[in-house]
Amino acid sequence: MGRFILGRLAATLPVMGVVAVIVFLLLRLAPGDPAAILAGDAATPEQIAAIRARLGLDQPMLEQFATWIWRLVHGDLGTSIISNQPVGRLILDRIEPTLALATSTILFAVLVAVPLGVLAAWRHGTWVDRAVMGLSVAGFSVPVFVLGYLLIFGFSMQLRWLPVQGYVSIADGLWPFLSRLILPTLTLSVIYIALIARTTRSSVLEVLGEDYIRTARAKGVTEARVLRRHALRNAAIPVISVIGLGIALLISGVVVTESVFNLPGLGRLTVDAVLARDYPVIQGVILLFSALYVLVNLSIDLSYLLFDPRIRY
Amino acid sequence: MGKVVGKSVGSGWPATLGLLAALAGTAPALAQGKPVTIRAVMHSGLRITDPIITTAYIARNHGYMIYDTLFATDAAFKVQPQMVQDYSVSDDTLTYSFTLREGLKFHDGAPVKSEDCIASIQRWGKRDGMGQKLMEYTASLDVVDDRTFKLVLKRPYGLVLASLGKPSANVPFIMPKRIAETPADRNVPEEIGSGPFKFVKGEFQPGLKVVYEKNADYVPRKEAPSWLAGAKTVKVDRVEWINITDYQTAVNALINGEIDYVEQPPHDFLPILKGASGINLVNFNTLGMSGMLRMNWLNPPFDNAKVRQAVLLAVNQQDYLDAQIGDPDYMVPCLALFICKTPNATEAGAPKPDLAKAKQLLKEGGYDGKPVVIMQPTDLAISASLGPVTAQALRKIGMTVDLQAMDWQTLVGRRAKQDPVSQGGWNIFHTFWVNADLLNPVNNVGVNGRGKAGGWFGWAEDAEIEALRNAYALETDPAKQVDIARQTQERAYTIGMYFPTGQFTQPAAASAKLSGILEAPAPVFWNVEKK
Amino acid sequence: MSALDETARPLPANDPGVPRKRGRALPPMLRHPAVLAGLAVLLLVGLAALAAPWLWTGDPILLRPRLRLRPPSEAAWLGTDAFGRDVWSRVVYGARVSLAIGFAVSAVSVLVGLTIGLVAGYVRWLDAVVMRIMDGVMAIPSILLAIAMVTLSGAGIGTVIVAIAIPEVPRVARLVRGVVLSVRTEPYVEAAIGAGTRLPKLLVRHVLPNTIAPLIVQGTYVAASAILTEAILSFLGAGIPTEVPSWGNIMAEGRQAFQIAPWVILFPGLCVAATVLAVNVIGDGLRDALDPRTARGVGVR
Repeated sequence: MGRFILGRLAATLPVMGVVAVIVFLLLRLAPGDPAAILAGDAATPEQIAAIRARLGLDQPMLEQFATWIWRLVHGDLGTSIISNQPVGRLILDRIEPTLALATSTILFAVLVAVPLGVLAAWRHGTWVDRAVMGLSVAGFSVPVFVLGYLLIFGFSMQLRWLPVQGYVSIADGLWPFLSRLILPTLTLSVIYIALIARTTRSSVLEVLGEDYIRTARAKGVTEARVLRRHALRNAAIPVISVIGLGIALLISGVVVTESVFNLPGLGRLTVDAVLARDYPVIQGVILLFSALYVLVNLSIDLSYLLFDPRIRY
Repeated sequence: MGKVVGKSVGSGWPATLGLLAALAGTAPALAQGKPVTIRAVMHSGLRITDPIITTAYIARNHGYMIYDTLFATDAAFKVQPQMVQDYSVSDDTLTYSFTLREGLKFHDGAPVKSEDCIASIQRWGKRDGMGQKLMEYTASLDVVDDRTFKLVLKRPYGLVLASLGKPSANVPFIMPKRIAETPADRNVPEEIGSGPFKFVKGEFQPGLKVVYEKNADYVPRKEAPSWLAGAKTVKVDRVEWINITDYQTAVNALINGEIDYVEQPPHDFLPILKGASGINLVNFNTLGMSGMLRMNWLNPPFDNAKVRQAVLLAVNQQDYLDAQIGDPDYMVPCLALFICKTPNATEAGAPKPDLAKAKQLLKEGGYDGKPVVIMQPTDLAISASLGPVTAQALRKIGMTVDLQAMDWQTLVGRRAKQDPVSQGGWNIFHTFWVNADLLNPVNNVGVNGRGKAGGWFGWAEDAEIEALRNAYALETDPAKQVDIARQTQERAYTIGMYFPTGQFTQPAAASAKLSGILEAPAPVFWNVEKK
Repeated sequence: MSALDETARPLPANDPGVPRKRGRALPPMLRHPAVLAGLAVLLLVGLAALAAPWLWTGDPILLRPRLRLRPPSEAAWLGTDAFGRDVWSRVVYGARVSLAIGFAVSAVSVLVGLTIGLVAGYVRWLDAVVMRIMDGVMAIPSILLAIAMVTLSGAGIGTVIVAIAIPEVPRVARLVRGVVLSVRTEPYVEAAIGAGTRLPKLLVRHVLPNTIAPLIVQGTYVAASAILTEAILSFLGAGIPTEVPSWGNIMAEGRQAFQIAPWVILFPGLCVAATVLAVNVIGDGLRDALDPRTARGVGVR
């Protein structure tokens, strides 16, 4: 099994290599010029050319790529073109709010969605099921930013219960931290809840149709026990895997949610960097997000070992 | 105390404790309270901290926080000494001698010396348009003693003080010599000035948050503050600039009391802000701002003067103002290129909408029906609304328009391209300026006629207008300057250098807890009190 | 960002690989009232899009700056936006653009993904390379990829369609490849290979029928999420040109006036929600009808 884990880890390397190439090509082949942005409103073409040369942007593309990879391998993500700060430091500065938001969203979504999904499957075909499924489809149908505005309008502006925006580190107090995280978490988790609830429902339904459940029921095992012992445990795998796949969805949502609620996280860092053509920052953050995605999915694959005794590698 | 502050880098508790300790050391009265902090949302995030290498207004505003200037412009457009105590001009108007005020100190504790001022002027003179002109006419800049230095001109030049007291980007801010020796295309390595606020480096998050603290060593002038001149007395402990990109969120946060100040709330939000309790709208920049429609002289059809004139006759300033501002209280219809209600204001040569004549000129200009590329920056609300209005006006006279949406930074990159449209070039873009940057033929880049050799984007080329601009720069008689400005404007309109899409004012929104916000062409935080 | 990824997982190897008869699957689905309602909504929106010029609309891009942000009235049924454009006209014409984007994105991603998946599933030596590239594309957050592509290559409907479609391709490709791999091992397919059936025929006969059902379902989810993604791209300032009326565009431009002129964002918002809901419901209905596993689940209680 150790060899299996090592093998899987090694398999992530080519994937990250592909990501690096795609991101680099995408940025360099596209128009837009960080030098012109740096030079500002009254710049002359000569000034812009001088800045381009200083940033090394006039080098052949292959050479720029090699330089970037060489530094990357040595743990150096490069330096922001615009703000002159190391990309590593920029990421560290911004990672906390994003982590907090992502974690709270996953926790909240799982806590709400799994029971809902089980309930819907258990009461399959009844109004409970239809309500849960109806709501979950509706969850996919509202643009994230509209939902965010509505929540701010209701809870912050009308009721005045929660702050509109911002982020306070948990080190500065639990309530200030939580109160600013509630609305973004709600906004972001709606789509996630919908996704997990649906998956839970369908996989529990599937399990409930299996022969061993029928056998258990026929043996007189109580419904609650059937659900807990057999259905939930066996339905866990698809649910866990959808959580992993949902990481991509979550990251996309984070970008929008962070700008609606003014959270100083990685999503905003990336959008800002794209708009400013800050190549090293875009490359660094996308690479980080991709690595995160790959690692989460890897650990989910590994967690199957725990949940499903039938899977042996 | 310096030591304590030095430790208070980083964020969270250690910083707050450090700051409290620091305050306890200097101001016992404040020791039991929290530091008085203004939280402000500025129009953009600060990323480049060097106000000399960029003309970005946010960098200029940052400059006014931490740096000081030799001269400054007051509310009557007069240039007043600021760091300078006395100055004298020789009878032949060739030699200017400046003496600094006593007790000026940089944030690192070093006194401000003549050599610092000279190095700073020289660096600025490499970047700024007016600075380049001043350097062109300067024979030498010499240290006389630590507090006195001399500027010797090659020939009489009317704009020496106006250049040094220039209110807007790029402002000749004074930095320590070692920092001013940074190459003029590279960001300064340290943010150290002698201004009323200090930059808190440990809390700086580019594009997100900038923190300033009161410079306790700053000695304000005795005169009352007026515009950017006079006393710069700081009345709070800290100013934090927070960048909130979504204005909906910023305005809501202000109403909810989470922040104290929003520099540029879009005009559509003003009714909400007017209706909210505890919020004041403060029109600090009474001189206002202006929009600009700029055509590219290098590419057809606008390489033809007749087509450019056709555009000037097709557009209607009121349409732009209605779309951009909406509320008549904040718009100032004005066709004076050098800004209404200022010394050089005139409507001479201004076009009146005339569609029939526009169509005729278009025909004479040989327009072939090829689509005209208008670049529209959708992420910059104030410029975004101009493109569609121009598009509609051009369609009305029979032009084909390709209105291309992009973000502002793409536009900035693309407008620098002199290539044909088929190779990534462009035909029209819109931008806006703080009116302080448009006041005369020398500093208004829209009437720069140097073409590809040192001209501004669009590369208008005209020898006659360059002659007028030089004449303006060399003229020392204000009355004659006004006349040259009039001629410049007439010429600029005739050859279609740009169209002013109208002046407007942009009030800031401030919590009622703030008082003493000064009128100035840039948002400044001295003199502001917070209850 | 395909919202409903559960259908996108490659089918497990023990999945019944026997081709299903397609024709029989649809009618029971139509008996479901929710699916019927979804089809009705979609039909209505589609008809409105086709008949846009005759639905009492004006020029959707005509600016009337002096009439900006007027509330709904007889002259402008849904009010006007910040440029004084008629919101009703824009919403109706917007249906064309938004539906076209949903359809085009799902068509592009399904076709490209199908091709890649078939090739990867059959050509062994290409499989590893192609699938690593697919993994790489999948690992990049789709919104960031789309923003980068649109801002970097210029905003146009075509660019937006490609930018939204590309991140969806790997999911389709994986799905198809999974089917191909499982079908390959079926005895009747091995028999066919042994009998010398040529590749194209093999694909058409045995693989396509097995992929069509899940692809249709996947296609509806892609279409629904594309309409939403287009709105998000516009919100982030990386959408289609602002003059072109799309629901996303109208909302993104109107969000500034959300509190003073809610009608600008409300009506396109309702349209997006209703349409996406309808497409999702239809997708669910299709899946239930086409997937025997959930159908078995129904029989349990």
